[in-house]
Amino acid sequence: MSSLSRDEVARVAGLARIDLSPEEVDRLVGELQVIVDSVARVSEVATPDVPATSHPLPMTNVFRDDVPEQPLSQADALAGAPATEDGKFLVPQILGEE
Amino acid sequence: MTDLTRLSAADLAGRLTAGEVSSVEATRAHLDRMAAVEPAVHAYLHVAADEALATAADVDRRRAAGDELHSLAGVPIAVKDVVVTRGLPTTAGSKILEGWVPPYDATLVERIKAAGLPILGKTNMDEFAMGSSTEHSAYGDTHNPWDLDRIPGGSGGGSAAAVAAYEAPLAIGTDTGGSIRQPAAVTGTVGVKPTYGSVSRYGLIAMASSLDQAGPVTRTVLDAALLHELIGGHDPRDSTSIPEPLPGLVAAARQGAAGDLTGLRVGVITELQGEGYQPGVLARFHESLELLRSAGAEIVEVSCPHFEFALGAYYLIMPSEASSNLAKFDGMRFGLRVEPSEGPVTAERVMAATRGAGFGDEVKRRVILGTYALSAGYYDAYYGSAQKVRTLIQRDFADAFAAADVLVSPTTPTTAFKLGEKLDDPLAMYLNDVATIPANLAGIPGLSLPSGLSDDGLPAGFQVLAPAKADDRLYRVGAALEALLEKSWGGPLLTQAPDLEVGK
Amino acid sequence: MSVELVDYDEAVSRFDPVIGIEVHVELGTRTKMFDAAPQTFGAEPNTAVTPVSLGLPGALPVVNGTAVEYAIRIGLALNCRIAETCRFARKNYFYPDVPKNFQTSQYDEPIAFDGWIDVELEDGTVFRVDIERAHMEEDAGKNTHVGGSTGRIQGADHSLVDYNRAGIPLVEIVTRPITGAGERAPEVARAYVQTLRDIFRALEVSEARMERGNVRADVNVSLRPTPESPLGTRTETKNVNSFRSVERAVRYEIGRQAAVLDEGRAVTQETRHWHEDTGITTAGRIKSDAEDYRYFPEPDLVPVAPSREWVEAIRAALPELPAERRRRLQGEWGYSDPEMRDVINAGAVELIESTVAAGSSPAAARKWWMGELARTAKTQDVELAELAITPVQIGQLQQLVDAGRINDKLARQVLEGVLAGEGDPEQVVVARGLEVVSDDGPLLEAIDAALAAQPDIAEKIRSGNLGPVGAIIGSVMKATRGQADAGRVRELVLERVQG
Repeated sequence: MSSLSRDEVARVAGLARIDLSPEEVDRLVGELQVIVDSVARVSEVATPDVPATSHPLPMTNVFRDDVPEQPLSQADALAGAPATEDGKFLVPQILGEE
Repeated sequence: MTDLTRLSAADLAGRLTAGEVSSVEATRAHLDRMAAVEPAVHAYLHVAADEALATAADVDRRRAAGDELHSLAGVPIAVKDVVVTRGLPTTAGSKILEGWVPPYDATLVERIKAAGLPILGKTNMDEFAMGSSTEHSAYGDTHNPWDLDRIPGGSGGGSAAAVAAYEAPLAIGTDTGGSIRQPAAVTGTVGVKPTYGSVSRYGLIAMASSLDQAGPVTRTVLDAALLHELIGGHDPRDSTSIPEPLPGLVAAARQGAAGDLTGLRVGVITELQGEGYQPGVLARFHESLELLRSAGAEIVEVSCPHFEFALGAYYLIMPSEASSNLAKFDGMRFGLRVEPSEGPVTAERVMAATRGAGFGDEVKRRVILGTYALSAGYYDAYYGSAQKVRTLIQRDFADAFAAADVLVSPTTPTTAFKLGEKLDDPLAMYLNDVATIPANLAGIPGLSLPSGLSDDGLPAGFQVLAPAKADDRLYRVGAALEALLEKSWGGPLLTQAPDLEVGK
Repeated sequence: MSVELVDYDEAVSRFDPVIGIEVHVELGTRTKMFDAAPQTFGAEPNTAVTPVSLGLPGALPVVNGTAVEYAIRIGLALNCRIAETCRFARKNYFYPDVPKNFQTSQYDEPIAFDGWIDVELEDGTVFRVDIERAHMEEDAGKNTHVGGSTGRIQGADHSLVDYNRAGIPLVEIVTRPITGAGERAPEVARAYVQTLRDIFRALEVSEARMERGNVRADVNVSLRPTPESPLGTRTETKNVNSFRSVERAVRYEIGRQAAVLDEGRAVTQETRHWHEDTGITTAGRIKSDAEDYRYFPEPDLVPVAPSREWVEAIRAALPELPAERRRRLQGEWGYSDPEMRDVINAGAVELIESTVAAGSSPAAARKWWMGELARTAKTQDVELAELAITPVQIGQLQQLVDAGRINDKLARQVLEGVLAGEGDPEQVVVARGLEVVSDDGPLLEAIDAALAAQPDIAEKIRSGNLGPVGAIIGSVMKATRGQADAGRVRELVLERVQG
């Protein structure tokens, strides 16, 4: 199937928001190529007449009643946060925000 | 005096009920055992001694007061660190979650707590359950109690090793491609992956949502049935949870232990034996087949021609779903936050720096693979095709179950390999799961129990598969085979394991 | 970057505008789309969240059945087909206000599709808008940007995130390209969003308060040389959150794109931001991976397959929709077409309906809302509904007039008092002492005083010259501060003089 270039791995890592060192990218190019070559065989048998299965057991219409439950306390909600301020999660500057 | 750690959960529960021992004694015995062997085994990431003893004392008090208690009340348990526990650190074996203490309990943990089982601690695992050796834990390797230089399997190596080393009679595992069954096989213990949807996934840190399933890790088939019944059943918080009750599992295990399998059709899967399988593993497998035949079962051969594509489909679906499930680990709301070493500190760059520093190699590999498989232009060829293979695997199983009541295979092709042996060869590592993955793709239940020691003196596993929602068949067949094997060995296989208490 | 716009009339004389509108409406369910956290507006930050709405590890979504029903209601009201089966998908993108870093939405399988809705412009022209789809999804949290040096992150700018809004159910309604509106495209856009807002309220699926962001519109605009030309490159202006802004944003983009095209440049396909204060749009940040959302079916949820019985039951229970309702009310009230249109355009239908329910005649209700109150609203630069007076109070006021307790002139003073926050009409009448003086005693006293003060006039009247009676009445009205019934005063004066 397709072959993975270094640029492609770097692009996908960007899409996945993972900083990689140049060494990591080099290693991943090789490793992912082997894996991709091996898994790509699935398309051999995935012919148009075969339907896709996304759930192991077929189920439909699993709904919840519209009844509120006790939410987390603000303290619990924020307990694991790296930084907070005024009851909110403090996050670094978001580009494009005004 | 009896060593309380050597008892099965069922036996310990019997003594607790009879008032012969207290839960505090049983819990303390396991904590003592952990103190003695943990330096060698490292099955636990976090030990919750105070909490466990408090629960035990509470159960003892309630029992003394004559309260109605669950049959497993007071029996200690270990929980894989991928399951969230309110008030106990939960890391999923990852640096990115170091120190995170969840503000809620997984549904199965709620059930464990409601039944009064003291939680001894959280067990080690491959980071985010990605691996087959527990070497991908960010917190060090777990060692196989049979040979400390070898892997305990993965991802749930901690739970399997804890049970095998008598550091807990019961443990919780999760199985996405074999993470309960493969560690059970290589540590000589019992592990069950229930039917998808039969145990709630609410509170399991997800790897691949359509494949993940929690289940029991124990030393006996009956114990697995007891734990499975405790944690199983419908949960309205999990949309994929099966609403109707499943047939009785404990009853099936007790029935099976009587040893009569007359009329049962056992299908041997052609594609899951032969090339790549260690001779000793195959020898034990065939001996077990003979025992089943001797108990009245009819052995038939079945073919599942699409299994050769299962690994490929799995390594597309699993990383695709994982890439999305793991997106939330970004340093914004919980867990690790790492700032980029240079340049502007923006949310986007902090996310990337955090994930770059917080994820280990295997997680990065899978997240990037999954991101690639889902990205524009590749979806149909990869994820879409894999979903179709899933249909073909289900059809293979449907055909096979038309000819047989249960299907069997060796759980893993080999016994435990050496720590570090396959760390640099991801594909070789993935091949460990070739026999366990099909069940996850199809959502059907699978059980692994020890079939004996291979030529290298290490345990081999025997896998039983049943149709969806027919988990009871696993227990009937598993308990029957276990009884026959133990009769031939003169006791449980684990009694042949080396003594670990080097420190004593 | 400021742009010299092409004059609007000129732009639409040389280009054919095509618009498309995406409207997001927050459903007024009690709980969120996928978890049982309560929906609360204005709660303390991060107090309406569960592990699910915070996207904590291990948490799982479960679909709110009521939200599905609301989405079907909307689909049916928009004349859509309802899917026999549909799924949720994950739209993957990293953003701090999206707790899971994916939004659970519907991608290629919306719950409702292929619909249409007629919208009525201010002059009564009806324009049909085709609906491509309506799908369910979840809202994001809210970021507040905090500038400057007080930030803890290396003293830099940072943002604060509140996830109370995260997970609130949304239905997104997407039109097909709206062609043929020509120069009226901005009006059509506004009327369309307004029509949807009215439908949401009638269906009781949302409070649909624009100012709270319950309804938000993204407007797509493109130009082409002639209606026969292929569609031009479009821009998408995000989060245009008032009816007026929808109209202005479309108008602005038409002028801006015409200028770009006139310069021989190509319109850039991009997201643009609307600036309410300056009335312009500006280009958003270009994100390299913005288009690669890696959609795939949400594995934590199972398909939604509304049975035909359920859909028909929902259809049967649909309330009267705004257009039908207006026709009915116009008949009941006896308003002429132009009168009704004025009432609709002023946003006064509900107000008049409630006023009539509170005891006023339709004619009087219209007189108040379209007269005195419309003027007041204009002075205060607010919508009628935002005035500090309720339809019930207008109804009470009119009842006081009908009962003869106050006259029209006093009624306006009472109105003033109510608007000033002095209480209900009755309270204002009492507090200000505005009631018509119906007791003859004080009137006779005032008449006697007036006659005594102006003996020559009194004499003239006595001699049968009724011309100057008005002067006496005027004095009496003045003395009673307008609270006298002028007719009664006249009767009494004549009685007194001619006795």
